[in-house]
Amino acid sequence: MEILLQQIINGLVQGSIYALVALGYTMVYGILGLINFAHGEVVMVGAMLVLSSLTAMLGWGVPPVLALPISVMLAITGCMALGYGIERIAYRPLRHAPRLAPLITAIGVSIVLQNLAMMIWGRDYHSFPQLFANTTHSFGGAVINDIQIIIFVMAVAIMAGLMVVVHHTRLGRAMRAIAENQHAAQLMGVDVNRVISITFMLGSAMAAVAGLMVSANYGLAHYYMGFLLGLKAFTAAVLGGIGNLRGAMLGGLLLGLIESLGAGYIGDLSGGFFGSNYQDVFAFLVLIAVLVFRPSGLLGERLAERA
Amino acid sequence: MSESKIPAPPSSAGAPRAGNPLLEVRDLQVVYGGIRAVKGIDLHIDRGELVALIGSNGAGKTTTLKALAGLVHPAGGQIRYEGGELHSIAAHRRAAMGIALVPEGRGVFARMTIAENLLMGAYSRSDKIEIATDLDRMYALFPRLAERKYQLAGTLSGGEQQMVAMARALMSRPRLLMLDEPSMGLAPLMVQKIFATIRDIAALGMSILLVEQNARLALQVAQRGYVMESGAITLSGSATELLGSDAVQRAYLGG
Ligand SMILES: Nc1ncnc2c1ncn2[C@@H]1O[C@H](COP(=O)(O)OP(=O)(O)OP(=O)(O)O)[C@@H](O)[C@H]1O
Ligand SMILES: [Mg+2]
Repeated sequence: MEILLQQIINGLVQGSIYALVALGYTMVYGILGLINFAHGEVVMVGAMLVLSSLTAMLGWGVPPVLALPISVMLAITGCMALGYGIERIAYRPLRHAPRLAPLITAIGVSIVLQNLAMMIWGRDYHSFPQLFANTTHSFGGAVINDIQIIIFVMAVAIMAGLMVVVHHTRLGRAMRAIAENQHAAQLMGVDVNRVISITFMLGSAMAAVAGLMVSANYGLAHYYMGFLLGLKAFTAAVLGGIGNLRGAMLGGLLLGLIESLGAGYIGDLSGGFFGSNYQDVFAFLVLIAVLVFRPSGLLGERLAERA
Repeated sequence: MSESKIPAPPSSAGAPRAGNPLLEVRDLQVVYGGIRAVKGIDLHIDRGELVALIGSNGAGKTTTLKALAGLVHPAGGQIRYEGGELHSIAAHRRAAMGIALVPEGRGVFARMTIAENLLMGAYSRSDKIEIATDLDRMYALFPRLAERKYQLAGTLSGGEQQMVAMARALMSRPRLLMLDEPSMGLAPLMVQKIFATIRDIAALGMSILLVEQNARLALQVAQRGYVMESGAITLSGSATELLGSDAVQRAYLGG
């Protein structure tokens, strides 16, 4: 029973990070019909930027209460610029090309970013500095620490903020209008290129925060961390129904839970044959199952309805 | 110049047609991958005028409207609007300049509510209070929409969607309103309703370019008209002249 509660807590925390990243995939897909496979690398760059600026500032003797927000702002700004640049340079020239072209380009951008990161930050694992005493709270036999609480609360707040923007602001209406009918949106006076740029920047800002969360949660960052994380967040977006914001959030949380519960019980289930290090397998089992049994995802509409 | 039987809107009643039209198109050409859809047409619209553009399927009417709205880029020719050249101006900027197009097939945002669709129409405006009064005006003009403000536009009937598309265009306070086949796919009663509204809007002094397959109906509300065939304008004149002409009778009015 304690194990169950513990796995649920871990799953929700990890899932809220997946959800933040999945939103970036789904926003871009909703508006452009494009799977931005480079999005996972933006998360990695966000984590790396936070870590390097944090380490540098702590080295100069800047107090942590100042160093943390400054480096987070730096990472967010850097990732927004990166997201803007990726769209501008890699995707916009291909806006009217056959679908396969931007997809291949996305994979190319992803490889370029990984290699650049490896050149800048090296192949080593970077550890996240201890900024404050990370108190552990226990209840019902399970434990949760301060960092986990902060991650979950921040993720929920950011998602709520995004929903307000999308559903109750002029920018959000423009985003939804473009997602439905780009020509009609232009006729209303929407500067489509501008709104697409803003969408990439919003997604990238959330990716930066997710990068911070992952590295704070595991205490580590690595130039290769964006690949698996990106793939899992993409799985979460597909699970929820790609293009659907609520779907991405639901898919992220569910995937986090599935992975965590799977890892907790995989030993029992397989009679000790598999260990918890097989937990990554679950994400891809989920992806395959969704693609086979419900390609439109949990909250997604049938593709025919979108045409 | 034109002597129409329809009472002209007061604002344009005595307006001189002296070289200051709202819109003036010269030698407009549009090419789709080698196919010439519009082959050098001339047309103009005076302030406060309702002009019909009629023609059979594939004549190039929609293409002409898209070129005026900025959705397709002409291969040649000039488009002068309020005295300035539109050539290098993007579609979204033209919307802000007062050019509104109710597109063929209506193009309503199906997954947005009626209220949100209308707000999209006012996207380029920042005068919040005026936008609110205009919303009320639209609901007064289309009471059917007022009852369904928070319903998703995709769940509306074809006629109601046409109302949304028109109200949405009017929310931008256009100075040139272009309508592409507003009667398409609608039951006769709804067609009458839509055309009565077009007449009302025109009576307020708005300049309108109306594309229609239903030539009789269009020429009955318009002051002037153009007939388009395979990318070229083959006839033009006052609506009464066109309604009476043998060529139009034979080709479009089944007479
Ligand atoms: N996007 C496009 N690509 C290629 N050809 C096109 C495109 N749009 C229109 N055409 C062609 O251009 C010509 C004019 O089409 P257009 O839609 O302007 O005609 P229309 O007068 O509006 O016809 P309808 O009354 O059927 O709406 C047609 O031959 C059409 O096939
Ligand atoms: Mg047409």
